[in-house]
Amino acid sequence: MAAAVRTAECGVRVGIVDDNATFGGQIWRGGTPDGDAVKWHGLLRDADVTKLYGKRVFHQPEAEVLLAEGADDICELRYTNLVVATGARERFLPFPGWTLPNVMGAGGLQAMVKSGLPIRGKRVVVAGTGPLLLVVAAYLRKHGAEIPIICEQASWSSLARFGAALFGYPDKISQGRQLRKELAGVPFVANSWPLAAHGGQSLESVTISRSGKTDVIPCDYLACGFHLVPNVELPLLLGCQIRGGYVQVDDFQQTSVKRVFCAGEPTAIGGVELALVEGQIAGLAAAEETAEARKLFGERRKARRFAALLDRTFRLRPDLKDLPSAETIVCRCEDVPYSRLQEHRSWRAAKLQTRCGMGPCQGRVCGPATQFLFQWNPDSVRPPVFPVRVESLAGVGKSGE
Amino acid sequence: MPSSQSRSMPSPVTLSVNGSPVAVPAGATVAVAVAMAGKACRTSVSGEPRGPLCGMGICFECRVSINGRRHCRSCQIVCEPGMEVKTEVKANG
Repeated sequence: MAAAVRTAECGVRVGIVDDNATFGGQIWRGGTPDGDAVKWHGLLRDADVTKLYGKRVFHQPEAEVLLAEGADDICELRYTNLVVATGARERFLPFPGWTLPNVMGAGGLQAMVKSGLPIRGKRVVVAGTGPLLLVVAAYLRKHGAEIPIICEQASWSSLARFGAALFGYPDKISQGRQLRKELAGVPFVANSWPLAAHGGQSLESVTISRSGKTDVIPCDYLACGFHLVPNVELPLLLGCQIRGGYVQVDDFQQTSVKRVFCAGEPTAIGGVELALVEGQIAGLAAAEETAEARKLFGERRKARRFAALLDRTFRLRPDLKDLPSAETIVCRCEDVPYSRLQEHRSWRAAKLQTRCGMGPCQGRVCGPATQFLFQWNPDSVRPPVFPVRVESLAGVGKSGE
Repeated sequence: MPSSQSRSMPSPVTLSVNGSPVAVPAGATVAVAVAMAGKACRTSVSGEPRGPLCGMGICFECRVSINGRRHCRSCQIVCEPGMEVKTEVKANG
């Protein structure tokens, strides 16, 4: 959004393409009353930008052309400069019972509630790691949910260091104060994580580990996410260099592929502030307004430091590798249990032998999980980068003619 | 405290999930309608019931059939009046 607005201001022809039914990504989904969200939605609404939503980019048949699938059609997108802002997804870790209905991502449940799911009077255990847990818990509580506990796997000492480092970020401190007010009376425990989810057709209770002791908590939902992982499938398809899981960019957010820029979470998990400033820099750079882009470098430096702080604070503790039992399903698409994966040495071998990561999500869920559990690295990405209808694939040949 | 959404709530949308009518708030996704009908979205390859996980179109756990088109990610599709949704559940459904 920020990139599109800034590029359009420079009088360049701009189009924005979003997979979702509305713009604003996951954070600004469902029209939050947040000041920045209102500002940028307004700027985009008024900007001279061609807006396409509900379109998912799945293929690059030739240089400077992308194909996207809509509800009933495919469209061909031609560009000279491209800004990729694919955001992030939650990291999920397998534990016994995590495949039960009503065990969801923390952001996942929030997205469902933003999309109309009634949550009033429901009991929701919030668990995992990262600042998103607090944001989600506060949101759910505001909408009438009861939150018996928030389990954070990071240690108290790591959280204390995080708290101390926040003094450089007054906005974050006031956000933190606000969250604390909204979550007054809700127990927040560090050194704590889910051990198992229980239920028949749907979730009934959760066993948690809490500083070495276990506790069974009855609940309607478990909102569980282990911080975020960047969506780098499209940048990979475009040939952008990735290091340590993140898209490599230069000072102007340009990737290793000329005229392909990248902004936001794919370059570092830094939240909306980093995404906005990187988007603006990418947009200005794409319009060749490098002097304007430079003015934002200081702001970006600060936001990147915060990203590094998040990374340090919410690093996963090794204990979480012991969560799955032999029968725990790791690949939810192909129902591959942990025991079958233990036999293999690499992601590729596991894929070939067990079909792990070969289902419709294409390893988006089990890829980051196996990376943590076994240090496996996913290799190449092939088109279509998302499952598409056969008609769309058939259309690929035609559009190339 | 009323939220900004509930203050100007438009009238609900009625659609069918496995043949039974379900009324959802306007703007709700099909995944919400399936949850409100108390159904799982699909059965996994080894026969487990599954519902939405990621809520943002990535995990494909919320697949259902909508108006005869199979494998739609229900968390990404907004309900329309009269939509016919069928969960992709094997056996008794």
